[in-house]
Amino acid sequence: MHIDKDLVAASATPLVLGILADGESYGYAIVKRVNELSGGRMQWTDGMLYPLLHRLERLGYVEASWGTSEAGRRRKHYAITPAGRETLADRQQQWSVVADALKQVWQDVQRPPVVVEGWA
Amino acid sequence: MSTNPELEAQIDQWRGYVQRRRAISASDVEEMEDHLREQVTDLTGTGLDDDEAFLVSVKRMGNLDEVSREFAREHSDRLWKQLVLVPEPSDGGARSWRELGVVLALALGAGAAVKLGVELFADEMVVVRNIGLLVLPFLAGYFAWKRKLTWRVGAALLVPFAVLAVVLNVYPFDPDGSTLFLAASHSLVALWALVSVVYAGGRWRSDARRMDYVRFTGELAIYFVLIALGGGVLIGLTLGTLGLVGVDFEPVLESWILPFCVPGALIVAAWLVEAKQNVVENIAPVLTRVFTPLTIVMLLVFLGVFATTGGLLHVDRELLILMDAVLVLVLCLLLYSISARDSLAPPGLFDVLQLVLVVAALAVDAVTLSAMLTRIAEFGFSANKVAALGLNLVLLVHLAWSAWLTVGFLRGARPFAPIERWQTRYLPAYAVWALIVVVIFPPVFAFA
Repeated sequence: MHIDKDLVAASATPLVLGILADGESYGYAIVKRVNELSGGRMQWTDGMLYPLLHRLERLGYVEASWGTSEAGRRRKHYAITPAGRETLADRQQQWSVVADALKQVWQDVQRPPVVVEGWA
Repeated sequence: MSTNPELEAQIDQWRGYVQRRRAISASDVEEMEDHLREQVTDLTGTGLDDDEAFLVSVKRMGNLDEVSREFAREHSDRLWKQLVLVPEPSDGGARSWRELGVVLALALGAGAAVKLGVELFADEMVVVRNIGLLVLPFLAGYFAWKRKLTWRVGAALLVPFAVLAVVLNVYPFDPDGSTLFLAASHSLVALWALVSVVYAGGRWRSDARRMDYVRFTGELAIYFVLIALGGGVLIGLTLGTLGLVGVDFEPVLESWILPFCVPGALIVAAWLVEAKQNVVENIAPVLTRVFTPLTIVMLLVFLGVFATTGGLLHVDRELLILMDAVLVLVLCLLLYSISARDSLAPPGLFDVLQLVLVVAALAVDAVTLSAMLTRIAEFGFSANKVAALGLNLVLLVHLAWSAWLTVGFLRGARPFAPIERWQTRYLPAYAVWALIVVVIFPPVFAFA
């Protein structure tokens, strides 16, 4: 399924922060987790994740440290900071408002519109 | 880890492509390569062969142009090194010729404005006082053209420009008074702030654009000095040669070459900084690395001398002005290293050195400031003293808060970004102070 680019961009920050809230991780594992969470229906452009991670780092929401992978390569790990958790909570509230509103809209769409007589 | 030489060769080639994007740094490439390799490993695990796995992985990584643009957007300090993110379209050549034409016309215009000023006003001081008003509109004009500035922003900028012009020329200054000199020198700072709005294409609130303007200012100074040195050599050779054959070159030099070439050089230097940013891109930060330790030594010598001579016996305003110069120097060292610093890098030795530098400067300044305040209490205020004192305080606040933020950064309490933000957010304070000195000082001190 193709998901609109803007929607992917808007949900990327809370997704990444939410995944990191579960424990520190690194780029590829984050992408894999997003795939799992969405049942493979959300495909990110993998390269775009890194500028996003760097922005979150600059804003102080995540902290990065270089470690080593099992294969012995250098790997950058990211961990969420207290500021990142605050932002995550904030985003969660915003999204639940949006989701609630959307849910009601979907219900209204399914019902046939009520015709009010005398106003036509 | 894969040991397939063919796959290794392909990954090498891919790395080469990515490394060519200047918005993507070496450590970013490393990070992405790790990603790519893991993706390949996972895909070969599901039954794809190496070739297929590599192709799919590269495809998933996304269009390199777009990824690189995204990196550049996030790291605008890297963007600075790479004016064009995507290769110029084929009409690039025609555009650069047109740009050269515009630049030369503006450079000539700036020279003509100065020359006209010299011809129209018998009093040299009038020209000197108005030099910024004569030259800087042409520099602003170049950026207005380059950034396609909207008419509204341009018109809004004309108002403060007109105010400065009126104040400098209508106020009944005492020709030998110090308020005239203060107003003229501070008007340059105010005008430079106006140019910054044009430079930012009207987006003067953006922290990133302000930092770009700081970089631009530093590089412009370096280019201008280089051009001036080259020009000086040429003028010296011409003077010497023509002198030998008995032709007096000096009148031509004074009345034509200098009025045209000096303002023209400023415009050309600005164009060079814009167009050829990567030629000397690293000069300002390298200079700060060299001069930060040296300046610390200088400041420590000051402190030592103050301590051993038992305080300051003959403080007067020259000392205060000197101290302002020291603080400006320290501020420049701080600003240029911050502007070139990777804001994600962890605290290092150089950050400690910088903190030592700022603290030493504050200590030296505190000694002179306390001495100066007792002097002022004794002998009263003058325009010069208040201007020097005010600038000192503006600088003091800037440096003290930078030092405080740096301490937090070194202790790991906060990231680097607030330090950067503080520098750019505080810059308007200088413009406001300059404006106060230009507009309010003269009437307060009776134009003396």
